[in-house]
Amino acid sequence: MGVESGAIPVKAGRMGSLVSKARAWYSGVPLLGWLLGVLVAVALEHILGRRVARALGMSKEPVLFGFVTMLRDPALLPSAVLYVLLIYLLPIAAVARLTAQLTNRLAATLLSLSSGVSSAVHLGLIYGALHLWSDLSDYRLLLVRLTLIAIMVTLSLNLVNGYMGEFSCSHPGFMALGAYTASVFTVILFVDDRVFGAPLLALPPLLGQFVFPIALILGGVVAALGALLVAVPSFRTRGDYLAIVSLAFMFIVKSLIENLEIVGGPRGLQGQPDWANLPTVFLWAVACIWIINNFVRSTLGKALNAVRDGEMAANAMTVDTRRTKMVAFLFAAFWAGVAGGLFAHVLRYVNPGTFDLKKLAEVLAMVYLGGLNSVMGSIVGAVGFNLLSEALRPLQIIKWMIIPVLLILVMIFRPTGLIAFREFDVQELIRPKGEPQQH
Amino acid sequence: MIFFQNLVNALQLGSFYALIALGYSMVYGVLMLFNFAHGDVFMVGAYIGFLVSTGLLTLANLGAVALPTWLILALTIILAMFLTSFVGMLVERVGYRPLRGAPRASAAISGLMIGIFLETFVLWLGGPKRRSFPALIESTTYELGGVIVTNKKIVIVLVSMLLMLALHLFVRRTKWGMAMRAMAYDYVVVPLMGVPLNTIAALTFGLGSALAAAAGVFFGIAYPVLDPYMGIRYGWKAFVAAILGGRGSVLGAALAGFMLGFIEIFVAWIFPSTWRDLIAYSIILLILTLRPHGFFGEPYSAQLRL
Repeated sequence: MGVESGAIPVKAGRMGSLVSKARAWYSGVPLLGWLLGVLVAVALEHILGRRVARALGMSKEPVLFGFVTMLRDPALLPSAVLYVLLIYLLPIAAVARLTAQLTNRLAATLLSLSSGVSSAVHLGLIYGALHLWSDLSDYRLLLVRLTLIAIMVTLSLNLVNGYMGEFSCSHPGFMALGAYTASVFTVILFVDDRVFGAPLLALPPLLGQFVFPIALILGGVVAALGALLVAVPSFRTRGDYLAIVSLAFMFIVKSLIENLEIVGGPRGLQGQPDWANLPTVFLWAVACIWIINNFVRSTLGKALNAVRDGEMAANAMTVDTRRTKMVAFLFAAFWAGVAGGLFAHVLRYVNPGTFDLKKLAEVLAMVYLGGLNSVMGSIVGAVGFNLLSEALRPLQIIKWMIIPVLLILVMIFRPTGLIAFREFDVQELIRPKGEPQQH
Repeated sequence: MIFFQNLVNALQLGSFYALIALGYSMVYGVLMLFNFAHGDVFMVGAYIGFLVSTGLLTLANLGAVALPTWLILALTIILAMFLTSFVGMLVERVGYRPLRGAPRASAAISGLMIGIFLETFVLWLGGPKRRSFPALIESTTYELGGVIVTNKKIVIVLVSMLLMLALHLFVRRTKWGMAMRAMAYDYVVVPLMGVPLNTIAALTFGLGSALAAAAGVFFGIAYPVLDPYMGIRYGWKAFVAAILGGRGSVLGAALAGFMLGFIEIFVAWIFPSTWRDLIAYSIILLILTLRPHGFFGEPYSAQLRL
């Protein structure tokens, strides 16, 4: 870390050595340890959060790591920082470090059982932390669910714009198709609704959870069928063709829904059953990440990269370029449709105005912020963009001047995004880390 | 008679689309980039026109300078075009030049973000209130065999066509135009021959933005309300028209712009007006399916990548 260099001033050198010491100190903490730390911190907030917040002069616990509190009332800045330090940072740091030996041994045991078991335990911890964290306010619950859906959309667009190297603008359109198909399905069949009348199938509410996947998959399939309409003319020639056709498609879908009075037209469709709770959304997001990650690491995914890097060469190497592109595009559209269906059921209201250019700009921003050709990048991009967007909300419209400037800077300094062209290797993530090195 | 009336309206709407589409088309032709900020440059141009004309009218009303109305109109158009061309060059300097070596999609994203920035900036400065553009021309209505034509429409269509002709002559007859065409032919090798890439890029953005500003002022004259979202409402349609015209083709972009105007007006005449976008874009999709390279475009080369 350049600590040895004499040119660095003493103070910076001390800082540098502190950083490198901390880094060495924590290099032995496996992911399991960090997750345990997060879980402990979130549980701590559950028990003590309100009291700590009151003691620090806030009416209740800061809803989003103190950012919103700070921007609303700058006088509360020290207490918000102190709260985050006391409730989140210190416990996480302490637990992660103190249990490192234990979690390493545990991670090794789990991994020796099977990587599936180990992944499941990690996911369980992540879910537990999210559940406890979002339990404290409805706002957090909504934010977590929308962020998980954003991850799905970002990932599916990354498949086209990153892995395939084309430029697609139709993802809001696919989301709209999925959202409306799933909503119409659930509202007609299971809900007593003003538009469609009594439910055709009166199901006990408990069974709804089992029918919901059918609605989502149906939404995904319809989105994929819509994608076929874009794909057939687009992939005959190459270049910027897809960008235009998909843009036109997006406008057509939006306009079509606006003119369909049966689904509410521009007023939108409401009354979706409350089935998209946190576990459901979480499971779908995990499934999406898992399947897409396997897809891009499969032969087909590699063929997709080959098509991007040189279509003629890929063709010469026996890759069926047209089929590869079609399959990937429809696959991406399917996931966008599923995400749209979830989106409609999280908000329990959907209108065509949601799926416009603003949505397109948002999704594109998430993909290019996180990084092209990277599953991890899409997760980071979606989470980062959503957190940033929520954290800056108190600034009102100035938010939409700060976010573009940040993104332009990202584009200038890292044109393909923050974490681009990196494989998402679960084995590497969940393996135990070595003993911390002595410094 | 209704047909001819619609024809006149379509000519006016089409001239807005054509003027905006030209800016997209030039940037796309010369630099192979999508300038997603262009729609918002059109909006900024309209607001600059609003500021200039209001300022000039105030001066004239105060009696500081004696300005006839036609002079105010001409000055508004010229000044708005001049000032907005700097906005365009700024967009190029901030959003596109630092990304010259980057993937083209990254530049498109940066342009998109500049567009959102401009939109929010205008919203922040001017507030969400709609502004009404001052009436620069006293409306006179002529009736030609049942077709109602206002002098505004005549001025807008004629001046738009003059501007397009001027651009065509500039690109075809001048040395700068020749440099732009050469750059469109090959923007890797041509700079090696001593053609300054950055200057040509700035010129392309500046010219396109000036035309968009003219469209903005005409828009303000025709429908005298401006709001910060007019850029995305009209800009993206003009973008599609630019592609429809064929890569980098001035004539194609102008024709496609007029065609879009005709489609929109005639769809609204025959069908319910809410179907306008649906049918217009479906027709565009159909045309693109039949003629993937637009009216006057050439097939893309194999190396073309986003």
